[in-house]
Amino acid sequence: MAQETITLEVFRYRPEEAFVPAFQSYEVPLRKDWVILDALNYIKDEIDGTLSYRWSCRMGVCGSCGMMVNGDPVLTCAAFLEAYRPGPIRVEPLAHFPVVRDLVIEMNDFMEKLNRVKPWIIREEEKPVAEGEYLQTPAELADYKQYSMCINCMLCYAACPVYGLEPSFIGPAAIALAQRYNLDNRDQGNGERLEILSTDDGIWQCTFVGECSTVCPKSVDPAGAIQRYKVTGTTAWWTSKLLPWGT
Amino acid sequence: MPIFWWVHKWIHMRFILRELTSVFVAFYAVVLLFHVRSVAVGPEAYAAFLAWLRSPPALALHGVALVMVLFHSVTWFNLAPKALVVRVGEQRIPGWIIAGMNFAAWGVFSGVLAWILLAA
Amino acid sequence: MANRLTKPRDPFWWALFGAGGTLAALFIPVLLFVNGLAVPLGWVEAPTYEEALALVRHPLARLFLFGLIALSMFHWAHRFRFTLYDGLQLKHLEALIVVFCYGGALVVTLIAAVVLVQL
Repeated sequence: MAQETITLEVFRYRPEEAFVPAFQSYEVPLRKDWVILDALNYIKDEIDGTLSYRWSCRMGVCGSCGMMVNGDPVLTCAAFLEAYRPGPIRVEPLAHFPVVRDLVIEMNDFMEKLNRVKPWIIREEEKPVAEGEYLQTPAELADYKQYSMCINCMLCYAACPVYGLEPSFIGPAAIALAQRYNLDNRDQGNGERLEILSTDDGIWQCTFVGECSTVCPKSVDPAGAIQRYKVTGTTAWWTSKLLPWGT
Repeated sequence: MPIFWWVHKWIHMRFILRELTSVFVAFYAVVLLFHVRSVAVGPEAYAAFLAWLRSPPALALHGVALVMVLFHSVTWFNLAPKALVVRVGEQRIPGWIIAGMNFAAWGVFSGVLAWILLAA
Repeated sequence: MANRLTKPRDPFWWALFGAGGTLAALFIPVLLFVNGLAVPLGWVEAPTYEEALALVRHPLARLFLFGLIALSMFHWAHRFRFTLYDGLQLKHLEALIVVFCYGGALVVTLIAAVVLVQL
């Protein structure tokens, strides 16, 4: 029996050739256990070695292989070819990011925003090692654990219409990661992050479309993190207005 | 992004419709104000306002508005739990319980208000 | 200029948006249904003028109506402002939109206050 095949229509862009972006069709074997990433690897190995794309762990923990498949942002290592039968499958670079080449996007904007929210434990005073560890109960861990699952795959940025309309928006993952630290009992950086997140490009641009949480492959629920932070931010604002003498 | 980016995907269209429910909330707030004002002005004004409410355009507007404010309520109570996380020990109270409580409150308040309007 | 007026106050507007959305979600459907459909369509009897007057004159009723109308309007103002930004990409008209939305809500609120106080 001849091997069934499926067609992938892949976005191509090679700036050094003054190449106008276009779609190139490839026929790949339709194997039950193959994901889109397997198909791309097959294309690169067997058909067209010039195709460029990012990937690494192929098991949904590194966040490298995010792309638009039939208009939806997915991890290509988690999207089975069978699910897209009979095809053709349209593969494009992650939306809302500049394209460097083929399926590779420029992610500096996200990296800058990630850095901006200070995603590390902030202490007023570091505890000396001799004094022992910071203690954390399972309940305290549960407070922020969900937000620590983010793999920085940027599918949420591709899904967020507000980020598409306003590239200055700090974005879902950055806010979720800020929350991961805000809610960590070892952290004392709430005040610093409040200033950053309350700015023009911060949380107030979010209109709770909710697509970020829908596409997140790790169930981080950035939309929930953002709404919770709106409550935090609002409470902090009102407290500062009504009780200006306190902190 | 195209201006009508939201017509291409149902989930985006649904989002815009959800946001547009606020227009119908404002519509009814204003209608309610006119209703109260007609009572304040006098019996003729009140009767005239009731007559307007019976007119086909008013009925049509209210019909559409009812669908939209119901859509507002349902989406509001389903989304509210996301903003408020209540924890008991290690367990987080599941969102559906908080949503359920919201819907229950909605039912109770609606019943009380209907009673005030109709029986009192 | 709109930025200076609105951005530092976004938490304020959002609080009104949240309060208004909650009150509207709880109370508007039943009010709209009874007053706008059930009574006009004859499913239930309309209150007489005297009944209606007695009802709305009650201090609690006036407080409730003021809260509901005012907060519903500010709910609309904040939400519609962003719907215009995102839905029609009118962010460049920010100043105009801010005045229209929050100003409009304020106007209706003031009228409501006058009407309810003079009842």
